[in-house]
Formats: sequence, structure tokens, C-alpha cells
Amino acid sequence: MAAALLVLLALAGWEALVRAEVVDALLLPAPTDVAQALWTDRAILAEDLLVTTGEVVLGLAAALALGALLGVSMHLWRPVRKTLRPLVIGSQAIPIPIIAPLFILVLGFGLAPKVLMVALVCFFPVTINLYDGLRDVDPDAQKLLRSLDASRWRRLALLEAPSALPATFTGVKIAAAVAVIGAVFAEWAGSDRGLGHTLLIANGQLETARAFAATALLFALAIALYGLFALLERRVVGWTPRTAPRGGQ
Amino acid sequence: MDLELTSVRKAYGQVVALDGVTLRARANETVAVVGPSGCGKSTLLELVCRLTEPDAGTISAPKAALMPQRDGLLPWLSALDNAGLALRASGASKRDARAAAHEHFEAFGLTGFERARPAELSGGMRQRVAFLRTLLAGRPVLCLDEPFGALDALTRSQMQRWLADALLQEPRTVLLVTHDVEEAALLADRIVLLSPRPGRVVETIEVDLPRPRARTDLAIVELRERALTAIEQKELA
Repeated sequence: MAAALLVLLALAGWEALVRAEVVDALLLPAPTDVAQALWTDRAILAEDLLVTTGEVVLGLAAALALGALLGVSMHLWRPVRKTLRPLVIGSQAIPIPIIAPLFILVLGFGLAPKVLMVALVCFFPVTINLYDGLRDVDPDAQKLLRSLDASRWRRLALLEAPSALPATFTGVKIAAAVAVIGAVFAEWAGSDRGLGHTLLIANGQLETARAFAATALLFALAIALYGLFALLERRVVGWTPRTAPRGGQ
Repeated sequence: MDLELTSVRKAYGQVVALDGVTLRARANETVAVVGPSGCGKSTLLELVCRLTEPDAGTISAPKAALMPQRDGLLPWLSALDNAGLALRASGASKRDARAAAHEHFEAFGLTGFERARPAELSGGMRQRVAFLRTLLAGRPVLCLDEPFGALDALTRSQMQRWLADALLQEPRTVLLVTHDVEEAALLADRIVLLSPRPGRVVETIEVDLPRPRARTDLAIVELRERALTAIEQKELA
């Protein structure tokens, strides 16, 4: 409620600034202009949204699979940990706008490079949070399972994996929030559709209202994805304090 | 088969946790290990459960099940699944483990709480679930690490009576670690007093009293005083 009010207030202030010609409408379109662009360009934008959502969802799925594989194998096997950890961390130092054209060059203009870019941005928070979560186990419970002669896999399935779930959800939520960045950079590097592509073209044509409309949709997409995972978290990880209903203290 | 520790020594780096500890429990006996905090009591149980190896001395013991100090219940599992954890750890299916655990729920006063998670259970109930889990491991020896340490006085004395009953129903060899001398006197056939770190056996007291025992029995009160005096003298020395 308060958030909606804050947004409305900010939008009203923004509108007033543009109307009073404090800033040039070419540089900063008024919210009503953006809304109008959203409506008039709805056919193109809806298609773009669909394309980008597809890239982001597939990329996130790939990041989850890769993150789970890396996190678990780094946890279970020391040589894997020693070999991969620096590479995993190093992967995040790669400047995305620089690497994106290379991906396009190698993989073409299709879906593959976009999915890969999203996965590259997203797998890191998933991997690291899962890996940390797997080690963050109650030592008493660990002793208990070892005293029961539970096999390595049983310990992973019964104790470590459930213990790691809350941390993993944190990683997945971060990934969901930043996923669109990967998709936009990939579309900039080479694409003829998608919100990132439209954003780039609209910028070049000084169609700032349309560029802002595309940005608004990216914004909404990130929030929707985050919300989806937050919802899933409440269902799956019902035992942690963070998912408990909050009292108004 | 008896449980026997002979001249056991265990150190962690410079810190000697146990030094020359000799202890024996015959089948289905309850032996209480009493001593001040940090005298290596938990280490003793870890040794018996084969979680760690002694630096010197020998341990001969049948397979033992551990009940850790803070119950060790998994917060995401229901009471039923927590109780059946030992079975699942050794490969049983979820269904079989639940069925086996459920058979005991009535006797353990847990009926109606099958699906409750640990956070929804009272302290006494949590300990009963943890004890059932330990029992269902099906091991001849139970290692209980301060099982009632976190409970309020009233619940603790209820649970002590309850444990005494449960052991009459399902006799096991029990190694009970506690800092509560009275608890030891109420439950044990033998009390082993340990000194402060490094833990050494100060005295072994045979408790040849009939059961059920009550806190107010003269013999229990005397025993408690005798044990306390022995520990205090050692601490001052």
C-alpha cells in the first residue's frame, strides 16, 4: 500500500517536472507519454516481452541446473572444489557487454546465445548460495546421521540438501532479479527482436517514450520472476523464520 | 555384550578432554557419567558412538545410537519423520519408517502430533521424539547427552520418570551424560564421576536401589550429597 503510494507520488512529481519543461521531454518522457507508448506500441511490445521472457526463463532454468550441479559437486568432491571455485568466481569478472558479441559470433543470432548469457549472469548466485548452504548444517544433526551410519548420499538427501534450501532460494531470487540484464545485453549484441532490441532501436531513433515503455516491461518482468520464486519459497521452505507470518510488533 | 572403556585418552590439539578413563556397563544397565561442564562428557559419547577414535586405550562396545545434546531434530521434518529418521538413514523407505515410528506414538504420548514440526512441539515432546528416534535405530546401546538439560525443572522431573518407565519397557544399555547428580541417582545403576578437564574418573558409585525411585527417597538424597561432595572436593583440590 505504502509502496504503491510512493510510486504514485514519484510519478506525479516526474510528470510535473516534464510538464513544467524543467527537463527536455526528448531526454525524459513524462509518465503519461510512456503509458501512451505502452498502449500504441502494444502489439510490438507484447511480442518483445514474450521473446525476452522466453530467453530469461530458459536461461534461468539452465542456471538452476548448472548451479545445482556445480554447487553439489563442489560440496561433495574436494578436487572439483579446488578446480572449479576460482573459475566460478572468475566467470563473474567477465564484462558482459564485451563477451556478448563473441557469443553471437560463435552461436549465431538464435536463442542459444541469449540463453547462455542469462545463464552466465544467473548461475553464480545459485551456485555459491547452494554451496554455502550445503556446508551450513547443524553439527549435532551431522553427528547424529554419521552415528547412524548414513551413506554419503543419504546424508546429502536427508540433511544437507534440505538445510541448503533457504540459502539456495536466496540465490535463486537474486538470479531472478538480475536475469533480464543478461538477456538485454545479449539482444543488444545481436538480435532483431526482444525488449532489449527494441530499447536499443528506440534509443537510436530518439523514441524515448518507447524506450521507457520497454524498460518498464523489463522492470515488471524482473519483479514478476522474483515474486514467483518468493511465492515458491513460502511453499517449499515453510520452516524458516523468514517465511513465518510476520506479526506487527 | 558389555560396554567397556579401558584407560581411554583423547586430546584435541593441546586440550586433553579425557585422560585414563575406565568405565564399564553390563547389558541393559544404565550408567550415568556426571561431571562439571567441559570435562569431556560429550567426547566420551562420541568415542562410544565411533564418531572419533581414542588417542590411547581401548573401547569395546556394541553399536550405539546417539541422542545429541540439543535434540538434533530436523526443523523441516514432521514429528513422525523425525522419529523415523534413523530408519531412513539406514535405507528404509519413507513409508516404512513412518509406519514403524507411528507404532510407538501412543506409548510416547505423541498421538495427534504426527504432522507437527519441531517448532510446534513442547520441550518435553521434542525430547520424546528424539528419544524415539534413538530407540528406533535398533542399537543395543543408547548414548544420551544431557537429554533433559534444556527443560524446565517441572518437565525435567516428569521426563526422568518417563525415561525410567520407557527403559523398563524396552531395556537397553544406556550411557547417560548429565551434570545433574540427582538425575543420575534417579536413573542409573552406576554413577561415574568425572573431574574437570582433563576428565578423569574420580569415583564410581554403585546405585543398588529399587525402582521406581523418587527424588525424596532418603537413599537418593544421601547419594546426591555424597556425589556432590566428591565432585566439590576434587574441584577444590
